[in-house]
Amino acid sequence: MSNGLGAREEILRTIRRSLGVNGQERPRVDGARDRLERSPKGLVPERGQLPPAERVALFRAQAEASFATVDEVDTAADVPASVADYLRRNNLPARVRLAPDPRIAAMPWGQTALETSSGRSDGGDLIAVNHAFGGVAETGTLALVSGPDTPTTLNFLPDYAIAVVSAKDIEGAYEQLWDRIRQRYGKGQMPRTVNWVTGPSRSGDIEQTLLLGAHGPRSVHIVVVRD
Amino acid sequence: MTAQPTSPQFKQNATRALADAQLQRALGNVRQGFIEKRAAVAAKLPEFEALRDSARDIKNHALEHLDIYLESYEKKVTEAGGHVHWARDAREAREAILAICRKAGAKTVTKGKSMISEEIGLNAALEDASITPVETDLGEYIIQLRNEMPSHIIAPAVHLNATQVESDFRRVHNHLDAARDLSEPVQLLGEARAVLRERFLAADVGITGANFLIAETGTSVIVTNEGNGDLTQILPRVHIVIASIEKVVPTLDDAAQILRVLARSATGQEMSVYTTFSTGPRRPEDADGPDEYHVVILDNGRSSMLGTAFQDMLRCIRCGACMNHCPVYHAVGGHAYGWVYPGPMGAVLTPSLIGVDKAGHLPNASTFCGRCESVCPVRIPLPKLMRHWREREFERHLSPATVRSGLAFWGFFARRPALYRLATRVAMAGLGWLGRDKGKFASLPLAGNWTDYRDFPAPQGGTFQSQWKQRRQGAAK
Repeated sequence: MSNGLGAREEILRTIRRSLGVNGQERPRVDGARDRLERSPKGLVPERGQLPPAERVALFRAQAEASFATVDEVDTAADVPASVADYLRRNNLPARVRLAPDPRIAAMPWGQTALETSSGRSDGGDLIAVNHAFGGVAETGTLALVSGPDTPTTLNFLPDYAIAVVSAKDIEGAYEQLWDRIRQRYGKGQMPRTVNWVTGPSRSGDIEQTLLLGAHGPRSVHIVVVRD
Repeated sequence: MTAQPTSPQFKQNATRALADAQLQRALGNVRQGFIEKRAAVAAKLPEFEALRDSARDIKNHALEHLDIYLESYEKKVTEAGGHVHWARDAREAREAILAICRKAGAKTVTKGKSMISEEIGLNAALEDASITPVETDLGEYIIQLRNEMPSHIIAPAVHLNATQVESDFRRVHNHLDAARDLSEPVQLLGEARAVLRERFLAADVGITGANFLIAETGTSVIVTNEGNGDLTQILPRVHIVIASIEKVVPTLDDAAQILRVLARSATGQEMSVYTTFSTGPRRPEDADGPDEYHVVILDNGRSSMLGTAFQDMLRCIRCGACMNHCPVYHAVGGHAYGWVYPGPMGAVLTPSLIGVDKAGHLPNASTFCGRCESVCPVRIPLPKLMRHWREREFERHLSPATVRSGLAFWGFFARRPALYRLATRVAMAGLGWLGRDKGKFASLPLAGNWTDYRDFPAPQGGTFQSQWKQRRQGAAK
């Protein structure tokens, strides 16, 4: 710690003096601990509490309103053909960087004409396919986590970011996503990065004109797997 | 660039801004877009007003327990393999960051958008240490090229027009073909993307701010639309977060509550494009991410605002809605405020951070119309807090002689109600008679500062007090 304990202790002491507390008061400490342990949900909007089928429809509508594109397929085995079709429709080269994720590796990429490679991106990939941890219907938001199988660089460096998400992983509201993160990583634990992505990169910094493709992907395409 | 304030010259700054045709044209982009977009997106979410209450309550709870949540936060960051550095003031924060950069042997540092970085004058300190800071938010990049401060907390270059950006790009990107076409904003964006992409890949250290720090998990959160903050933190070997103490919230769910009002209030989006939750450095098995993760927590006077009327200001989540809706900001823009934070939130926060003796003009630059408070997602009573500063300024005899004698003159009448009624009745009747043809004045003696920029409406009917009396009588019948 570059400033030693002096700065830390003085800041905490000033906070306590300003608040008129000594930091040891039981009810106050317990109040904070209790909130950290229970993580109360707060107000969840009605649109975040839809049944599963409507949830996917809302996710799709909201993602498209944020200028993402969405295709739906019946099974994971249909994903490569759907991706190949998306690339063809957009006149894009048939070459993709795949996340080294077992779910993606198990898909029949060999049945398409796509040239595939696997791993993180170093900036040289035009198109990448990653697997999302889940989605949130209320705003059409993808949730992607870092890890050995799902590199974060794939979400930001390529011009065209494609994300596969299972319909069963699409939650209604952010709070349900946090519940699943806690189930997966443990209460109070997080992966290095959780990315919420709502549409492609954009900027309004020049005369408040909305332009897509600022620093991240120019285009975000989502493949929802129904099974 | 330093954080040296020109707030004491607010009046001169404002006069210059009002006469600046380029600026006035650019400000035209603020007066409508932000307001309409916010209103539309708020109308689409029935729970929006209730979520504002929820956000306010969470921030209040966090501030009342700030010491406990900061300690919990620190513990979790450390458990995740990160490092927390505490800084009492700007100097300590700069030194902590420079020490990390030096240890990393950094030559180039990419930066996500951070108002705290502006507050501590970080870029100048990095340059003095022969480390090149590269702002990567498009707006911040543009103003860095111009050696300017941001004029808005979420749209830093909102005071500029595209032609000005074009000439800056031609001046600085002189390795590119001089004959290239940059007449469209999309071409400017494309050029910045290409130039900055190389910088992202070459940087040794990435510095971001934080919209929230989460005590439950030791997580820092950034919210962006461009993705620059993400490329800043995932590509270099070292990620430094700079954040002030009041950014801490208890849990992931609390952050979600506040995120529901942040983008809607700021840009009128349902959700910003990228909301990124970062916890510690990359795990050993991870495919990518930084090897080191540092958080510099800055106080800089905030801990002393707790327990005072200004504690409410520490709820601020920096959405910019107050300035987007402020008629004073619309008229003079952000630079006139003379320091890092403009608009109503700046008028309240700046005197707390640099002193009311330097920033006393700012809380006076308000018509108390109340629009700022009516749109604030965490319901900060901004007009009330500005009034507190005016009172303190007056009590400390910092107000100029003209203001004090004007108030004394008004006070003389206010303490003599019969005389006050007579004087206002005569004055209003006289002005009303003089302006009876046009209904307004294009110029008035002693009111040139008003009529130079807009007409003064001629009084119609009786004084406020006489109208009020009539209405009360009407209601009684």
